Amino acid sequence: MDLEVQGRVKELAEQYGKDDLVVILGAPNVDSCLVQFETITRGDPTYAGPLAGIELGLRAFHIFEPEVKRLIDPGRYGELIETLELGLEAEAIVKALQEARGGGK
Amino acid sequence: MSNLQPVIKAASAILIHSPGLVRYGSKPSREIAARPSRLQELLGSLRTYEQAENYLPNDVFLGKQSPQSLLEIARPWFNQPALKPNEAFPFGELVEEERFIALLAVADVFKHVHLLERFWEDAKPRLDRSALCRPLVRVDPPLLTREQLRSEIERGAGLPLYVGTDPEPVGWVRHGNAEDESLTAHILLENLCCKVSAALAVREIFHQDGNLKPQDAHFVLSCSEEAVGDRYQRGGGNLAKAIAEFAGCDLASGVDIKDFCAAPIPAMVMGAAMVQSGVVENVLVVGGSSLPKLGMKFLYHVEKGIPVLEDMQAAVAVWIGRDDGLSPIINLASVGRHPVRSGAGVDQQLKAIVVEPLERLSLDVAAVDKFVSELHNPEITIPANGGDVAERNYRMLAAVLASCGKIGRGEIAEFIRKKGVPGYVPTQGHIASAFAYVPHALRGLTQGELRRCVLFARASLFLGQMTQLSDGMSLLLERHP
Repeated sequence: MDLEVQGRVKELAEQYGKDDLVVILGAPNVDSCLVQFETITRGDPTYAGPLAGIELGLRAFHIFEPEVKRLIDPGRYGELIETLELGLEAEAIVKALQEARGGGK
Repeated sequence: MSNLQPVIKAASAILIHSPGLVRYGSKPSREIAARPSRLQELLGSLRTYEQAENYLPNDVFLGKQSPQSLLEIARPWFNQPALKPNEAFPFGELVEEERFIALLAVADVFKHVHLLERFWEDAKPRLDRSALCRPLVRVDPPLLTREQLRSEIERGAGLPLYVGTDPEPVGWVRHGNAEDESLTAHILLENLCCKVSAALAVREIFHQDGNLKPQDAHFVLSCSEEAVGDRYQRGGGNLAKAIAEFAGCDLASGVDIKDFCAAPIPAMVMGAAMVQSGVVENVLVVGGSSLPKLGMKFLYHVEKGIPVLEDMQAAVAVWIGRDDGLSPIINLASVGRHPVRSGAGVDQQLKAIVVEPLERLSLDVAAVDKFVSELHNPEITIPANGGDVAERNYRMLAAVLASCGKIGRGEIAEFIRKKGVPGYVPTQGHIASAFAYVPHALRGLTQGELRRCVLFARASLFLGQMTQLSDGMSLLLERHP
């Protein structure tokens, strides 16, 4: 995960508290999705960024997950996200993230 | 007035097996500087010339096999016996490192590159025997005895040159100017690799087609990835002219075109536009090789116990001339551009450079036989967790076409299979961006069954940190009616 984004996530977690924060991931593949998830839960695995060694344990969803899609106006989702969902390995990304969160859901 | 319709008259491809230069790729040089033991790990995983020669993706690059063959032969492709060992490469040569390093010294008019006397004694006859290389050797390079070479290396103001895994250096590149970071030995070496490989691709065109003469090349557009310049103007250029000079195109001038990996497409558009407008009759578009990209993923390859497959430098040249009644047409009415307001989203980009031109020309997807974009060899990128770049791009293009109603949602897999091209190209940026396919397109649009081929390329402009945008451009090649 981009160092600047890591810094911003850390800042927001300090400002609003971990409980009131949900991170929406937009990673285009399974590997980067899992790295992003790890970064905002257990800390930066590369030990290069502001979240190195910091276990924020934040809740995270991918933009393709039904829980998130439900919250977005379908017209806007269709316009901005749907083509990417169709073109990327959306099912595999969602499944991997669900497994990473534990319990498959 | 004669017909100024631009056509592709010839296209060539060159590969250079350069295992000894992999250490000077950007990633290997940084890794070796940080941890010198990395060099031994790298040297232990390099391929021989024969292994590179037998490698299926290289066969495809040089036209001995069709891209389709990559779908028929399962990976791994390395360490497999040659499929057609005695056949020549139709699109160009696979040059071995000895000849290439000798040519670096011959091409260096400022004489920063020095060769070991004994190395030159061996290399010179090889160059003389090669119909491709012989015309490039018009001067002898500066030579060093073993003792002189050793003392240059001890002084340390430059870089030693090696062939393959042999620990004995065969040459030396001096810094161009001790106070100019744009003229360090490393940068000069990078620029010379690009110049020599590009000139080889140009010479290959003359080698293949006796009707095309160096004196008929009027303008050279280099779409290479180097930046030739000095401390007051990094990237000042003009490598195209240096390539023209070295390749013997005495009546040509030239200029460089920059657009990150996408540069070959705007270069072909500009070259075709110069022909169609009557500015010149013939334009050579040429992309030389990229030294920095050698060994980019070597750590992954070493870790996974596979050969370091990024040991190939690659170059492509395309001759654009006036309509001859036979050659494939460059349809300038088809050009797709990526305007600023399209943003950086890949879906918007593909709409701008692929969907919009099809709509403008009232062409269905069915009317195009191949959509060609980044064709990186997946055997290089998958072990480095980069996935199959070509397949991923086709999936995204298919999704964009489906969301625009150009194909059905159930037709995505079929689109990828029928209209796509599997990846086979060394990870040499611009060369992999559709440009490497031009010789195949030329063959398919003349001797084969292709009718139309869309080439499109995308550029990660954000890497240069002057904009968050990307860029892209496309072009339609058509069989002559």
